[in-house]
Amino acid sequence: MNGQQQFFRALLDPGQPPPAGLSTWNDSDPAVRFAVYRNNVLVSLIDALADTYPVTQQLVGDAFFRAMARLFVSAEPPRSPVLAFYGESFPDFIERFPPASSVPYLADVARLEMLRVRAYHAADADALPADAIAQALDDPDSLPELRLGFHPSLGLLRSPYAVVSLWAAHQGGADISTVDPLVAESALVIRPALDVAVMRLVPRASDFVAHLLHGESLGSSVEKASDGDADLDLTDILGLLIREQAITSIERSRKVHQ
Amino acid sequence: MSTADPPRVPHGSGAPAGPPRAACLPARAGVGLKPEHFRQIVDHWPDLGFFEVHAENYMVDGGPFHHYLTRIRERYPLSLHGVGLSIGGATALDRAHLDRLAALIERYAPQAFSEHLAWASHGEVFTNDLLPLPYTPQTLQRVCEHIDQVQTRLKRRMLLENPATYVEFTASTMAETEFLGEVLQRSGCGLLLDVNNVYVSCINHNRDPHAYLGALPLAAVGEIHLAGFARQHDAAGAPLLIDSHGAPVAQAVWQLYEHALDRVGPVATLLERDNDIPAFAVLFAEAGHAERLLGAHRAQELVA
Repeated sequence: MNGQQQFFRALLDPGQPPPAGLSTWNDSDPAVRFAVYRNNVLVSLIDALADTYPVTQQLVGDAFFRAMARLFVSAEPPRSPVLAFYGESFPDFIERFPPASSVPYLADVARLEMLRVRAYHAADADALPADAIAQALDDPDSLPELRLGFHPSLGLLRSPYAVVSLWAAHQGGADISTVDPLVAESALVIRPALDVAVMRLVPRASDFVAHLLHGESLGSSVEKASDGDADLDLTDILGLLIREQAITSIERSRKVHQ
Repeated sequence: MSTADPPRVPHGSGAPAGPPRAACLPARAGVGLKPEHFRQIVDHWPDLGFFEVHAENYMVDGGPFHHYLTRIRERYPLSLHGVGLSIGGATALDRAHLDRLAALIERYAPQAFSEHLAWASHGEVFTNDLLPLPYTPQTLQRVCEHIDQVQTRLKRRMLLENPATYVEFTASTMAETEFLGEVLQRSGCGLLLDVNNVYVSCINHNRDPHAYLGALPLAAVGEIHLAGFARQHDAAGAPLLIDSHGAPVAQAVWQLYEHALDRVGPVATLLERDNDIPAFAVLFAEAGHAERLLGAHRAQELVA
């Protein structure tokens, strides 16, 4: 069917004339009517991005955001009828988009927003009860060999910018003028039940969680996240992971870490 | 087509509508389920005939969408409405998408599954819109093949929705009503009668909505959709109505709905709202209006 292909190409390329073979009852120019379809496609996909990236939009304003989103939609239209995660590559697009370079943290704020959407729709899982975790962590001999399994919604973002503070300032909390965007922050995102939580981690704690997420043992993760005199506060980060119901399994692995 | 008609469930008096595992949607008013309204619905369990969801929105692993839909499904009948299957597409149906639909149907046992006489994907690209097709023997053949494939894979009869369109094709050799009649007859699928689409398309193509309705195979209607439209104009200044799902149902569409009920009898009716979503109470009030019109037709049926 050549007709549908022609229709499709004209739909996504406003530089092209409308496809041949359209008719109107009053012989009016079909271009005006065809433009309704073009507009539907573009606007609905830009709206989908705006739903996923509200803080990104607030940081640059509606006009800039929608102009940028329009270019993204033309360059990378959806490849699936499931739109929940449409625009997963939008942060990378933002990073390469020269007009956005004056807001260097914009791409990372967008990455945090996509992590939140991922967490929102992630599979559900029950956390290990706190007493079971306490029991598993009780034996100092086996402790270094333990490997933790995490809730499917858990996500981690390490940024050279104050990504959590910038995002939080748009949730009706802090005043954004008090945020220094050039302070490195890491975000831990998780949805233990129905609500997505975003937490700020100190760099060492985020290194530690990153190693655990890669499947490394507790001992190896502590070692790699510690450096000389600045030690990782293990109690603090484990406490947070337990409180946020992030730990879903603990395996006593015999695998010796390198 | 009457042999393929689903049995009509008698109207229950109390809320919520039961029994949720009935074989088809009750002849009552329902609304589209929106995440904005999840909490309010489970806090108050409003008296509604059913809820409808867009299938694609629930093709995610877990989280609040499944949590709330599961709870709501325990109390209400459900209509599963697809917007991404591209039944009118020139290219093959997406088998992975059919599998996802089958999984959702298995999980939620909806009373109805519906899709559109339209295409939405070309190759791998999904346009997120419902695009028109010419009505020819070739497109008829393909649409019927696609519906056969869907009904075979999903192991159930589907409803096909009449489209809202803004252009027509010089290549068309059949009227839309004739095309729909042929599709229904050959495939055995039912009709999702979107009354707003009838009105929008008839204004856009200068047809008489009553004559259009009269030419449809109304005995196969399994569900009705009502929605609002936006007004624009074409290049000659003639009205061009846009199926926006972003406004209350227009008076002219309510009148056409009453006319449709005269012809079809009371049938499950959905108030669709996908843009500029108002407070739940506003949708509920619109559904109440449809419910009163349905009630009047039920009363007529009892007298007759």
